[in-house]
Amino acid sequence: MNETKLSRGEGLGGALRLHPLLRMVLRRLGTGLMTLFVVSLIIFFGVSLLPGDFAQAMLGQGATPAAVASLRQHLGLNLPPSIRYVHWLGGMLQGDFGYSLAGTRISSILGERLFNTLFLAAYAAVISVPLAVLLGIIAALYRNSIVDRLINVVTLGAISFPEFFVAYILVLFFSVRLTLFPSLSQVSLGMPIWDRLYVCLLPALALTLVTMAHMMRMTRATIMDLLSTSYIETARLKGIAPWRIIVQHALPNALAPIINAIVINIAYMIVGVVLVEVVFVYPGLGQLLVDSVSKRDLPLVQAASMIFAAVFILLNLLADVLSIVTNPRLLHPR
Amino acid sequence: MRFLKSISKIPPTALLGMVVVFAYIFVAAFAHWVAPYGQFQIVGDQYSGWSDKFLLGTDNLGRDMFSRIVYGARNTVGVALLITFLSFSVGCTFGIVAAIRGGWVDAVLSWAVDILMSIPQLIFAMLLLTILGTSLPVLITVVALLDSTRVFRLARSVARNLVVLDFVEAVQLRGEGFWWIARHELLPNMVAPLTAEFGIRFCFVFLFIAALSFLGIGVQPPTADWGSMIRDNATLITFGDITPVIPGLAIACLTIAVNFIVDWILGKTGGSRV
Repeated sequence: MNETKLSRGEGLGGALRLHPLLRMVLRRLGTGLMTLFVVSLIIFFGVSLLPGDFAQAMLGQGATPAAVASLRQHLGLNLPPSIRYVHWLGGMLQGDFGYSLAGTRISSILGERLFNTLFLAAYAAVISVPLAVLLGIIAALYRNSIVDRLINVVTLGAISFPEFFVAYILVLFFSVRLTLFPSLSQVSLGMPIWDRLYVCLLPALALTLVTMAHMMRMTRATIMDLLSTSYIETARLKGIAPWRIIVQHALPNALAPIINAIVINIAYMIVGVVLVEVVFVYPGLGQLLVDSVSKRDLPLVQAASMIFAAVFILLNLLADVLSIVTNPRLLHPR
Repeated sequence: MRFLKSISKIPPTALLGMVVVFAYIFVAAFAHWVAPYGQFQIVGDQYSGWSDKFLLGTDNLGRDMFSRIVYGARNTVGVALLITFLSFSVGCTFGIVAAIRGGWVDAVLSWAVDILMSIPQLIFAMLLLTILGTSLPVLITVVALLDSTRVFRLARSVARNLVVLDFVEAVQLRGEGFWWIARHELLPNMVAPLTAEFGIRFCFVFLFIAALSFLGIGVQPPTADWGSMIRDNATLITFGDITPVIPGLAIACLTIAVNFIVDWILGKTGGSRV
């Protein structure tokens, strides 16, 4: 599949000499889809190898053999694994994830859970991305000063703390001691947006703290690299103010690595959200995954891990595509 | 004298890191002397407060918190170290094989590692542990294999830069075997980046194990483990008690200490990390 994409991309590039960019993006998309395909194989066949009968587990030990057999027939469990895989994948592409252990349709639960998780991740991203870039620029601008060292030590600390530790510390201070925010983030569908934002602030802050460090360090390192180049020195000798040098001259060239770091961290956020959701008992996809793992509800585990993996892979793909598009130098790899 | 001089060159943060790491090793090694009670021993009421008898109170089953934290040093750090060693042996071996053999061996290994790395680690670990069960050997194998992908990447890229150098080529022409080249020519030149990577990977594995235990699929009860201790006693937090977060603090201090040392090693060898 990779090969076909590659040759098609080259064919395209041959026909319209203008689009080496498009060719690279297509090639990257091809490998991304290929990865997604292999991951779905791993998730499906990994679970299928398990001993035990899903129909039996669904009905419980007291079920009659006839009932089990008819449920097996109904769920298509008698078909060979390869056909079941095709059904599973095809169903998923149409938004049908099959039935959970409790017999409910998985797709009816997933939608709201996924929305909640994406909402929380987006909320955290809105806080952390501008803050990280700003702090990174400040650290680069005043490098080796007290401010820089302080930011450096604090971010090193933030990487070293377990997510749930950060989350519990926030609960301890902001909800138990100061009683400003609730310690459980319970949300429902019809909730007004302001209530939702208020209730989700602590989990969003916890996510912000654990993901900010990497983005900030990346911003600082990239900007510092650029600040030592000669065109920045020229700008400085011309007497342009330091802030304008950074915003107008350094930042455009630093965009690719920074955007890359941001998107990778958002991908990480959507996955790292699992722990934070558990601490705040937030009804997201992560909480659902943890619950279904402890109940050994395999179809639900399959569906949730597939969605997490897909979001993660797609965001990483986006990070790569964005860094190709924003950096002309990447268009001509040696 | 020479020893003192070399110590004075180490930055204070790295020194602090070493002191902390040695303290943890000491506590882990002599846990049975440091801890006043056993890790499984029920010694009092549930959730009793801090007192002379129970330094940090008791947990949800009436076991002494302080003793469990001390034993946790042995269990949690021990498991994390074991996993890191395993992950390094696997990752380095395959990384060096890929670098020396090159060709299709390298292509297949790198492709497999890329696929494995593209699945979010926590999700993959949860899936595998659901399928294979949560016994300690399974946990160690699963996490070590998942983590070895990252070691593979580093080992392969460092070794690839070495394989093309003249002295390695000369040895290859002399007809030395794979293990000889790896042991005598490559590994001695890979020590510095691998040491720093060992620290980074250890921190990662340590946090990862703690996270899995926190979710209830890592180290299983009744073994004292820092991640699961937070989970078991979390209800106390809603009453404003800080005891349950102390194991988290223990995790955080060790990872910070190791990071300080890693930063120093990286700074010394000219590498940097973002």
